[in-house]
Amino acid sequence: MDKPFAITLDVGSSLANHTGAWRVERPVYRDFLPPCNKACPAGENIQRWLYDAEDGSYEQAWRTLMEDNPLPAVMGRVCYHPCQTACNRGQVDEAVGINAVERFLGDEAIRQGWTVPVTAAATGKHVLVVGAGPTGLSAAYHLRRLGHAVTIRDAADKPGGMMRYGIPAYRLPRETVDAEIDRILDMGVRMELGAEVRNIRPDLASGRYDAVLMAIGAQLGKRAWVPAGEAARILEAVDVLHDVEEGDAPQLGRRVVVYGGGNTAIDTARTAKRLGAEEAIIVYRRTRDRMPAHDSEVIEALEEGITMKWLSTISYADAGTLTIERMELDETGFPRGTGEFEDLAADSLVLALGQEADLSLVEGVEGLEIVDGVVAVDERMMTGHPGLFAGGDMVPSERTVTVGIGHGKRAARHIDAYLRSTLYQPGAKAPDAELGALNTWYYADAPHQVRPRLEGPRRTGTFDEVVQGLSAETALFEARRCMSCGNCFGCDNCFGVCPDNAVIKLGDGRYAIDYDYCKGCGICVEECPSGAIEMVPEMP
Amino acid sequence: MAATPVKFYQVGSFAVGNRLLESGQLSVQSDPGRTNALTSGHRACQGCGEALGARYALDAAMAVTGGRVITVNATGCLEVFSTPYPETSWRVPWLHSLFGNAPAVATGVQAALRAKGSDVRVVAQGGDGGTVDIGFACLSGMFERNDDVLYICYDNGGYMNTGVQRSGATPPAARTSTTQAVGEHPGNVFGQGKDAPRIAMAHEIPYVATATVADLADFEAKVAKAMTFRGARYLHVMVPCPLGWGSASSHTVRIARLAAESGLFPVFEAEHGEVTHVRRIRRQVPVEEYLRLQRRYAHLFSPVRDDVTIARLQAAADRNIARYGLLEDTAVAELSYGEPVVTGAAPTLDFPVPARDHHVPSTSAGPGLDLHERPDPLIGRPPLPGPTPGDQETI
Repeated sequence: MDKPFAITLDVGSSLANHTGAWRVERPVYRDFLPPCNKACPAGENIQRWLYDAEDGSYEQAWRTLMEDNPLPAVMGRVCYHPCQTACNRGQVDEAVGINAVERFLGDEAIRQGWTVPVTAAATGKHVLVVGAGPTGLSAAYHLRRLGHAVTIRDAADKPGGMMRYGIPAYRLPRETVDAEIDRILDMGVRMELGAEVRNIRPDLASGRYDAVLMAIGAQLGKRAWVPAGEAARILEAVDVLHDVEEGDAPQLGRRVVVYGGGNTAIDTARTAKRLGAEEAIIVYRRTRDRMPAHDSEVIEALEEGITMKWLSTISYADAGTLTIERMELDETGFPRGTGEFEDLAADSLVLALGQEADLSLVEGVEGLEIVDGVVAVDERMMTGHPGLFAGGDMVPSERTVTVGIGHGKRAARHIDAYLRSTLYQPGAKAPDAELGALNTWYYADAPHQVRPRLEGPRRTGTFDEVVQGLSAETALFEARRCMSCGNCFGCDNCFGVCPDNAVIKLGDGRYAIDYDYCKGCGICVEECPSGAIEMVPEMP
Repeated sequence: MAATPVKFYQVGSFAVGNRLLESGQLSVQSDPGRTNALTSGHRACQGCGEALGARYALDAAMAVTGGRVITVNATGCLEVFSTPYPETSWRVPWLHSLFGNAPAVATGVQAALRAKGSDVRVVAQGGDGGTVDIGFACLSGMFERNDDVLYICYDNGGYMNTGVQRSGATPPAARTSTTQAVGEHPGNVFGQGKDAPRIAMAHEIPYVATATVADLADFEAKVAKAMTFRGARYLHVMVPCPLGWGSASSHTVRIARLAAESGLFPVFEAEHGEVTHVRRIRRQVPVEEYLRLQRRYAHLFSPVRDDVTIARLQAAADRNIARYGLLEDTAVAELSYGEPVVTGAAPTLDFPVPARDHHVPSTSAGPGLDLHERPDPLIGRPPLPGPTPGDQETI
């Protein structure tokens, strides 16, 4: 007994006291599904690449992005960004400008010449892709990365499909399209241009291809019967846009009327203005809020002096004059005629009433079904004919570039599984990251960074790009506005706020709970800014 | 590659750490090598604000002095839960004598160190009972002699360790075991109690400050600043008590934040008796948001709502806001690293965002609070636009 007076026990540390035994619930780190990722038709991991970009690791961010989407510079211009509509920050102040950051990363990659290596071993399988639009290019890219040989065939002289022949250059500069397509071709994709596939059966029968993906798009203007005099000048919007791209712009006259309310109608009217039309008028039978065209495009069109005639149909077209009937919406929102007519002077009428797919190439293919003018496919994007897949505008879908890119990725995964005689099983989706689980107190206040736009009057007469990119500073700022919903971003809050020192900081922005001491108070869950920790009951 | 550095860091200095900041800008608590002055295994309740506050304070003091600190503890929760003989959670030199004499013991320790020519600093600490009531004579003496001690009071508004009795720091209307929610004026009476930081200021000691466990950057900066002074210094820290306040253990930090944001707990610092800095309210909330999360105020809301008492508490908050200028432009919103800091109501939402989904923070670890009774913030908003149709349909 060599202890001091009145001392009978050795000094001990409270570490011997495992207070974790008090716990009835335990905090668990989770990766929830952020609303942006959930909304992306191309399946991008947006939260993750914004995280990479936040500390200026643009190349890493771009590589994360390229896991899902081989055309970020294109997407950063023409995507209608459903991610931003879904963004939780939109309910706090303003949505993160995801599209603008994507464009910055895409442009940066082109500037720096970043490429994607093919590391997978060659499988010896050969896939034919018909159509060099977004779906075909996306599929070819993903198939190459999986080690398959890919040949793309396209009827046009240049690749890109609607990205080149449908979307005007002031929205999507051709250098950008070329740069991103060249990067895919450099991965060893074989491209055959000016090689229209009139029927797919010889290729299916040839045995040269182990699988075939058709992604020919929808390029025929939808016919609508407009009673017209012999001298009336009536054109199709898709043809106008295509001919402009070929350098063979049609004569449209001084006053051009575009009939339709979709994005193609807006593109055509804005193109007509750039070709020298003094007036471009869009005639649409419903109202602006029912217009299928994207609002940002409508705004840009109005800035350029395009006029819009709502609630109007064209009942007769004659040389120099159109007869317009005023419409009204019935209770169900369907437009009906009022019997009131007026004349509208017009040198030409361009119909932009939607497109249809030319499906003559699948005539006689056994097992393949056509429903409502598009090719039926199963959830693997495969038609009723084994080994023949289809995607993009020629299958039932929302017809946007982003959806096409998503189709390409999905088709590539299933084709890969088909070639390996397996089934592709997508991983289980994480639960949604909801705004209610976030602690938005912690996010610093930050206004949305706006991309500069050319002034309206300066746009006519030129096909220069209207919407400009973000600078490195503004792109970094915008990336840092991301709240990282449902996913840890390494803020140390859990590590700091634990009264029991039961959170272990592992480094690299990762943490672990020390369940020996965690009492299950839940402060870390409550104070996690991004809502990436969940409380789960302890099971006896 | 940025030509001008972007001064916006996602969570700025609101969160504990931030991977985008330089290491010199980071908090002590974000450092895996922090002292952990009060380590794991202590017997404080789930979600104890005092345990959190004590670690924040002493880790900061250790960091700024290079680990040369001796602490003296008054009797109270902090002493009892950290050091049941022969076990201790302290990883700093630590001394406990009696309930009421911690300031005097600290004075003695400091005198001994001075006599030995040591530069070790002294930090004394206690709860509001040991500080505002029982140890007050010793504390006032330490102040008037201007002894070189930093005294930290962790204020949870009552004697929680012995069964939640009222103290001189219990706020009006709060229920404790000695101020039951019965009679004409239930809970603690109005017009009693002490404002210890203002009394400390009246001694005109070098430094007096208040802080909360909801604002780490501010708290650590105040400890560091206190250690730059010689003489008596006083730091009064708001530490919510889930047990005594009847709040969810997960809400400790949130309640401290609401106390400051409502104006009920003014956060400021003063030198030689004059207020020098005031922490500005960033998102002002009515006191009700603070009161509702605590069962000690439940009698204000049920069985009938006591609007008169709620209005009196709001008036107390408003008086603080006016007295300290908590909404003035001269007040500082945060220790900003250059990023924009906007104060005022959140642009489109209530703050904090009401919980409304399946993985909300736990409340089951605390008393049965219905956090879900608030309406869904999305109800009544226009629906989000669906996907934009492509070009296939226009006529």
